[in-house]
Order: sequence, then structure tokens, then C-alpha cells
Amino acid sequence: MKFNLIVAGYGGQGVLSLAEIIGRAAVEEGHEVRAVEVHGLSQRGGALQCHVRFGEKIFSPLVRKGGADLIIALELLEGLRACYYANKKTVVLTDLKFLSPNPIDERKSASEILKEMEKFARVEKVNASEIVEEITGEAAMSNIFMLGYALKKGLLPLKEENVWKAVTMKIRPQFIEMNKKVFEKALKM
Amino acid sequence: MSDVLSKGEKAFLLGNEAIARGAVEAGVAVATTYPGTPASEIGDTFAEVAKQAGIYFEYSTNEKVAVEVATGASLSGLRSIVSFKSFGINVASDSIFPLAYTGVKAGMLIVVADDPNCWSSAQSEQDSRLFARIAHLPMLEPSDPQEAKDLTKLAFEISEKFGIPVILRTTTRVSHMRSLVKLEEIKKIEKKGEFVKDIAFKNYPPQVIKTHANLHEKLEKIEEFNEKSKINFILNKNFKSKIGAITSGVSFNYLIESLEELNLKIPVLKISMTHPLPKKLIAKFIKNLKEVLVVEELEPILEEEVKKIAKEANPKLKVHGKNLLPFSGEFKPEIVIQALAKLTKKKIPKEMESKFEIEKIEKRFPQLCPGCPHRASFWAIKQAVGSDKVFGGDIGCYMLGIFPPISQQDFFLSMGASMSVSQGIERATKQKPVVFIGDSTFFHAGIPGLINAVHNKSNLLVVVLDNRTTAMTGHQPHPGVALTGMGEETKALAVEEIAKACGVENVKVVNAFNLEEFIKTAKELYSMQGVGVIVAKGDCRLQTVRSMARKGLKIPKFDFVEQPNLEKAKDIENFGCPAIRKKDGKFYIEKNLCWGCGVCAQVFSGIKPKV
Repeated sequence: MKFNLIVAGYGGQGVLSLAEIIGRAAVEEGHEVRAVEVHGLSQRGGALQCHVRFGEKIFSPLVRKGGADLIIALELLEGLRACYYANKKTVVLTDLKFLSPNPIDERKSASEILKEMEKFARVEKVNASEIVEEITGEAAMSNIFMLGYALKKGLLPLKEENVWKAVTMKIRPQFIEMNKKVFEKALKM
Repeated sequence: MSDVLSKGEKAFLLGNEAIARGAVEAGVAVATTYPGTPASEIGDTFAEVAKQAGIYFEYSTNEKVAVEVATGASLSGLRSIVSFKSFGINVASDSIFPLAYTGVKAGMLIVVADDPNCWSSAQSEQDSRLFARIAHLPMLEPSDPQEAKDLTKLAFEISEKFGIPVILRTTTRVSHMRSLVKLEEIKKIEKKGEFVKDIAFKNYPPQVIKTHANLHEKLEKIEEFNEKSKINFILNKNFKSKIGAITSGVSFNYLIESLEELNLKIPVLKISMTHPLPKKLIAKFIKNLKEVLVVEELEPILEEEVKKIAKEANPKLKVHGKNLLPFSGEFKPEIVIQALAKLTKKKIPKEMESKFEIEKIEKRFPQLCPGCPHRASFWAIKQAVGSDKVFGGDIGCYMLGIFPPISQQDFFLSMGASMSVSQGIERATKQKPVVFIGDSTFFHAGIPGLINAVHNKSNLLVVVLDNRTTAMTGHQPHPGVALTGMGEETKALAVEEIAKACGVENVKVVNAFNLEEFIKTAKELYSMQGVGVIVAKGDCRLQTVRSMARKGLKIPKFDFVEQPNLEKAKDIENFGCPAIRKKDGKFYIEKNLCWGCGVCAQVFSGIKPKV
């Protein structure tokens, strides 16, 4: 078995943390894991993709073109961009949040992007940022919501307890309680 | 907290953390660096664990200084490691080349992290493997975090055995790959070194000629060692194939999975010490092949060596490499699959034939964060001197000022070059440039350029963007910050005092977040003949916001209470804060993006703090 995952979003959304958490959870389950992170300049609000691969005989840290099993997108346009890695069986689990790269000129609407995405993959959508904002007052923990929701939908072949354990390894103690609320909300959806 | 000092059997480590762990296991006593992506986490890991591990660590002023401090430790009998990104080795090379001649006493490791695809490098796609050749130094290249740790340890042994510094070269995808690493015991550090006065004449003519000859002898011995070493290995040795492949570094991983995907059974020679090459091993490997594919990113260094070896070992051998694989950009699995498929006339996997066109999707470039003091500085300077002036660009987050609507970075070369290239432009054109340089970059390589400007009577305005940290690479301290890499208090050097000591008479300090004061000062200094320096102080907002969040403090938010007229609307758009957005002709501030710096409210009075 090889599971190929892309976590997509823009810098500042918690793409990196989410990828690391999933990687750690896969380690907990005894998988071989290879993941790549993006550090430095590209983190400043730019398009971000982290690759996480787990299973057996994992060598490449990068998913190949058309090779993703799952794409978790914290933003619509970045979900579409990650469809480079999609094939017809790939599921894109995407937040319905759309942030236009150009703040004063929206070239495409959210629904146009979603339509385009549906041409290349099976799309599962959820209003993660909105729901998280209702719970916490801001959208910052949408990554943890998406993680819980991926589990809930059976898209991520990992056990809930291992995933939560990995969250606690990564998140600072003072933020754990709030993250737990968000995570559990997603599981109850 | 990092797992780097873990006493367990395994840890889930980033390639860079694995290098630090390898050094700790090897009993390294002194670690130095100048931060630069993709190398930064090596130093950052030492910053985190140095005290606990009994290691001395420092963020040095630049890479040349870093290599020299590490050299001093090694010459005094303590193991040392220095790390930097690709361009760092350019800066450090002035000392690395003679150090190869002098040799070292305790093991010394130079880690250089290249950045194919320029993920965090604006200057070039440098292939630092060539440095091993020009410097006459052995070079090891890990493919993954496990090898990163193991080869780091081995590098110390080789360094000590042959009395020569060793280069460990990684690339972004190795440095930033995370996987499970098997750990070994941490060696105890010898606390105190001793400098013995016996090396001065090694690099002094005529002895230096002899030292050069000795260096070649050393390399021959290291080559013999490499021939026998298990770090180079052949996979699929027993496959009867007329085609083979030779590879090193991260490409090894893509190659192995590509073979699996294409169901190809060909032997693979994986080389971990790429200088000096195990020529006999390569000769033996290619002897019975008809064709060989060399899989390496960037320059065809291995490929050319294999061609040379083949002239004697197998003159009819067809050597493929850059005829099937690109010179530029990083490799991806699909690139290697395509090359192999072409060579062996196999079909590529159907999934790769997707009609998806990535070029058609609107790009999302990195940008200055909301609340960034540099945006305020760019804006103030534009108001004070106009947007038609020559704007010297340098290396740091403010490079992002290249993008519209800011467009105030007219060229880049290297750290500190803004200062001196601008002087050449001023000589050639009589236009007065404005130089933008960050605080860490100023300390790193800006000061000689500033002295040059004063001494040679140049006419320019220097704006030091002093955000009190090395932001782009992950917020490391620098000489302007009252904190060392070990977390100890130290004297913070003031940029303005240094500028004055360099002979600059017109030096002013401004608050970057106060536009009125900034614009007034910039107008005044720009109108004066000669060199002027403005130190624009404003803490990195990302750091401020993070520390507020940790303390549970609320970040203030701003919003429009009225809509701007046409002229003001242009100003707001040109200010270019990503939190200020427009939908259906109406401006608003996206509250999840606003970091509450309040500078926009100085650009347009119809923006107010949100209650």
C-alpha cells in the first residue's frame, strides 16, 4: 500500500503543521513515511503544497503527477492548483473558502473554480473556515477541522486516536483545548 | 520541542534536523551558521539543543565568519560543523580554499544546501557540487534524512582520518524531507581544545606548493577509501540488463520509484561520495552495459565523469543524461519516469496524461505579510522621492517589494550588493538611487559598501529596513539583537551608530510605522548631497503577532468606515496590503488577514480601528 497525499493552501494557513501532523500519525501506525515541507520565502502568503506519502517502500518524497489519493485543500484555488496531482479517483477535500490572489481583482468566482476542479477529481466540499470562525472567532484552525473532517469522511486511512496524538505532539499546549473543540466538531459533522 | 536529542531508537526528523543529530552523535563541540533557506533548520536545531547538549553554537555575522570560527575550533582539536545555503559557500570560499591546504585537526564538516527550483533563492540555481572540485574537498550527498544523519557522522570520521574538511551537500528536498530516522548513541564531547603552533607555514610559500601536492595525495587516498565504502552501492545487481542507471542525492528516490512504476528491472549505481568519485566502481558498473542513464539535478557533473571513465572502460557505451533530463529546475518523479520511458520505449502511466494545465491557473506569489514594516517603508519612500527613482534591491523579505503594486526592487545580485551596485549606477547616470537593505544583510555584507560610498563620495540614500530579526529565514537573531544563538543576553549593535562610524553624517532613525515622520525625514535626507542613511525601525509583524497569540493577546483589527474617492482608492490599491480587498467595487478589510499595524489608516483616514 502507498498512500499519496497533498496538503494545499497558502502561506500562513497551517499547511505545514497539518502535513507534519498527518506524517506523525502515519508513523504512529507503523508506516514508512516521507513528507516534504516548504520553508522560507515561499511561506509568505504564497501558494503552498506539502506532500505526505506513507505505506510501504516509499522512496520519493514527492507525489508524482496524477498520483494523489487525496488532496486536502485549505483554500479553493489552491485545491484547483493541486489537481496537477489528481486522477479520476482522487478526492479533493476542499474548504469552500476562496481568497483571490489579487486582493482588488477577482478573476474567477468560487463557483467557477469549483466547477473546474470537478473536471479533474471527485470533490468533497465543506465550509471549514466559516464553521471554525463560529467556534473560535477566527479561521486559523481550519487545518485541524479539515483533518477531523477527512477522518470523518473516511478519506484518510489513519486511526482517530493516532491522529489526535500527533496533533498534541505538534500544537503548543495552550492551544490544544481550542483545537480539540474544532477537531471534535468536524468528527461530529 | 525537537526530537533531536531523543534517547529513543527512532525519531521523525527533517533532513536538516537529522544532520544536526548526526553531528551531535559524532560529538561535535562547535556549530556555526548564517541562516539561509534551505539550510536554516540545521542552525535553528543547534540553537534549540546546544545548551542541553553542551555544544557552543552561534549565528555568525556571515558565512565567511561562520566557516572561520568553525575552523578555529577544529584547528584546536574540537569537532566543528558549519552550515549555510548555496550562496553561503560563495561567501565562505575565500577561507575554504586555503583551509583545504592547511587541513584540519579535529573533524570539520561544511554543510551546503542547494536550492534547485529556487524555492527560496532569487539569485541563481547554483550547483555547489562544483565547489568540491575547485576546493579539492571530499563531498558527501545524502538522499534522505537517514543518510543525512549517517553521512554526517561518517564525514567527521573521514575528516579526521585524512585531516581535511568534508563538504556535505544537500538540496531542498533532502533538507526539507521528513522521515523516520534510526538513532544511535550520542558521543560525549571533549570540553576543552588546545591550539598547537604547528600550522603557520603550511600555507606559506614555498611550502604551500608542497601542501598543494599533498592535498592531491590525500584525495587519492580518499578515493581509495571511497572505492571500498559501502555508502556507494549497486541495486538490482543481478538483473540481466544492457541498460543501467547512475545517480546520487535526492534523484535516487525518484529513480527507484520510476523503475517500479514502469516495471523496469535495471541495475542502479547509487553514489554517496561524489568527490572524489569511486572511478573503479563506476568502470566496473558500466563495463557490460550498452547504455547508461545518469540521473542528476542541475549540472551534468556525474555524466561528464562517467563519459570520461567510459572512454577506457567501455568506449561504445552510450551515456545519457542531459539529453533526456533537464538542466534547470528540480526533478520530480514524472520527469524521471518520462526520461526512462523514452530511453526504454515504455509507456508512461495513464494517470500522467492528465489534460490539467497548471499554467492557466492564476499564480499566487509570496508577498509581504499584512502589517509588514517594509511595506510602510516602501510607501513612505515612494511618497517622499517618487516612484521613478532607482531602487537598489537586496536579499531578505523585502525582495518581495519587486512585485506590483510596490515595484521598488530594481535589481538583485547578492547580500549587500544593493549598496555598491547603486554607487555604480549613480556614477554612470548621475541619478540618485535609494538603497533598501535589511538589518541582518547590513551586518552581513552591507558595511563595506557603505564605507565605499562615503570614501568615494557617492550620492545616495540608504534605507536600512531594521525589523530587529532575520525574518525571511525564520527569525534568527543577528548582531543588532541583544540575544545570541545560545539564547544569552548580549550587546545589541545599533545600525545608526555603525553608519555614523562609517563616516555618514546624515543619519536618521525613524519609526517605520509612522508615515508622516518617515516621509518628512526621507524628503529631507534625499535632498542633501552625499550619503544619507535612514534606519527604519519596526518589528517584524509576523513575530509580533505570533508572540501576541502565545500570550493570549487580541490582535487589533481595522476596517473602512467610509469608502475612498478615486484618488484615495488608487493610493489604497498601491499601498498593496493583502488584507485590504475589493469586492463589487467596495473596499473592505479581511479580518482574518489584518494584523492591525494601522499604517493603512495613515494612508486613508476613512480606515479606523475596529471596536
